[in-house]
Amino acid sequence: MTQTDRLLPVNEAIERLEAQIRSDRQEGALVDPLIIGIHTGGVWVADALHRALGCSEPLGRLNITFYRDDFNTLGLHPQVSPSDLSVDVDGRDIILVDDVLFTGRTVRAAMNELFDYGRPRRIALAVLYQRDGRELPICADWAGQELNLGPDEQIHVDGPDPMTARLVTSKES
Amino acid sequence: MAVKFVRPKIPKFAPDPWAIQFDDQGRLRHLLTIEGLGPQWITRILDTAEGFVSVTDREIKKVPLLRGRTVVNLFFESSTRTRTTFELAAKRLSADVLNLNLATSATKKGESLLDTLRNIEAMQADMFVVRHDQSGAAHFIARHVAPHVSVLNAGDGWHSHPTQALLDAFTIRRHKGDFTSLRVAIVGDIRHSRVARSQMHVLNSLNVGELRVIAPRTLLPTHVEKLGVRVFHDMREGLKDVDVVIMLRLQRERMEAGLLPSEEEFYRLYGLTEEKLAWAKPDAIVMHPGPANRGVEIESSVADGPQSVILEQVSNGIGVRMAVMSLCMSANRGENA
Repeated sequence: MTQTDRLLPVNEAIERLEAQIRSDRQEGALVDPLIIGIHTGGVWVADALHRALGCSEPLGRLNITFYRDDFNTLGLHPQVSPSDLSVDVDGRDIILVDDVLFTGRTVRAAMNELFDYGRPRRIALAVLYQRDGRELPICADWAGQELNLGPDEQIHVDGPDPMTARLVTSKES
Repeated sequence: MAVKFVRPKIPKFAPDPWAIQFDDQGRLRHLLTIEGLGPQWITRILDTAEGFVSVTDREIKKVPLLRGRTVVNLFFESSTRTRTTFELAAKRLSADVLNLNLATSATKKGESLLDTLRNIEAMQADMFVVRHDQSGAAHFIARHVAPHVSVLNAGDGWHSHPTQALLDAFTIRRHKGDFTSLRVAIVGDIRHSRVARSQMHVLNSLNVGELRVIAPRTLLPTHVEKLGVRVFHDMREGLKDVDVVIMLRLQRERMEAGLLPSEEEFYRLYGLTEEKLAWAKPDAIVMHPGPANRGVEIESSVADGPQSVILEQVSNGIGVRMAVMSLCMSANRGENA
């Protein structure tokens, strides 16, 4: 097995993501949105957006461990920090943030968890990288970069300071 | 002629008698005792519990993790707090719960323990929560259950009460953080207390700074020092510079057995009053596994006072039990999946 690594431009992707959200917000598509990141990479991206967009309310953090659909095959994932949502989500517009949108299962779990906190008015999805391989009917409202990747390619996001992203290709040698 | 005393040989069982708690891949399958868990598993359980405690602060206090699983509470000895917190923990994980009070049912009709077990297994149970007045009961059941069933010990005889000790460690960690700098004193009937035994194991595994027991000689097990504790018979000496005071329940039967002269004398010497609590550190926390005997081992104003975390222990117990249940069920998914 051989691996090749290629760095992806993170800052540019965050800037593009921020610009898209900002212009949609100016058009009035989102009312006073609450930003919620999915642990772990999504929280780093959400934190950058939260600062760039100047939101006054605290950033929400979702740890979807208890909502994953692979408990029966993989068991409980180790959980580092619990979910932290200090603001009431009832009737609110929410920007849900993750680092990579791949199968869509994480976003499904995150939405299920969100609804146990209340009934948001609208949930929009912002991801740093949108790649192919969806297994559920979910797509992002905004993406920093779109990538067409094969099954042997993966995106690894590390952070939080500095945040880096690598495209890792594994090939049978 | 002098009779030569020959110390009986203690038979050696398996090299690790607690290996039964893990499956062949090293995952936690049963929780029978604290022994054998080690600091890694204990810490993992406490970390997982943090996540579940945050769930119980929400409006919808439920996660879908154990949807479709069945948890059976097998209580051969009555208990209100432990049974209800296990029941609530299972329900908050979306499992179905069956409560069997066996102190008053089948076993009284002559059915053997193993027959009772087989019958409940046939109802497709995934987990047994066992409380029994005989030491080793949960261990016995764990050895005989079907491969897809997990067993949690909810207290057996004088032996062990692992989830109580874990929730106590969790409560201490939330208030005091690091264990290595802490002085903890356990006060009262250590000898007959499964809770005390499990607390000693858990706190020593977590490398607590100093662990003390304070009790009259009649209420201490023989060779208690071997459990890694400093022994005190006097409250003023024992409570000095202590960060955590854990009071134990004194059972009336002990008086009847002649181990203590009277409740009044025990309260005068060992009951935690405001006056005695002042000997500990000013920010010391007071704990009690419940149910507390006010005026026997603890003064009402201390149990309800600002240093008491007794009710917090009860709420933390739900999160800790949710953590143990979901971790044990994680190991058992294979056979059922």
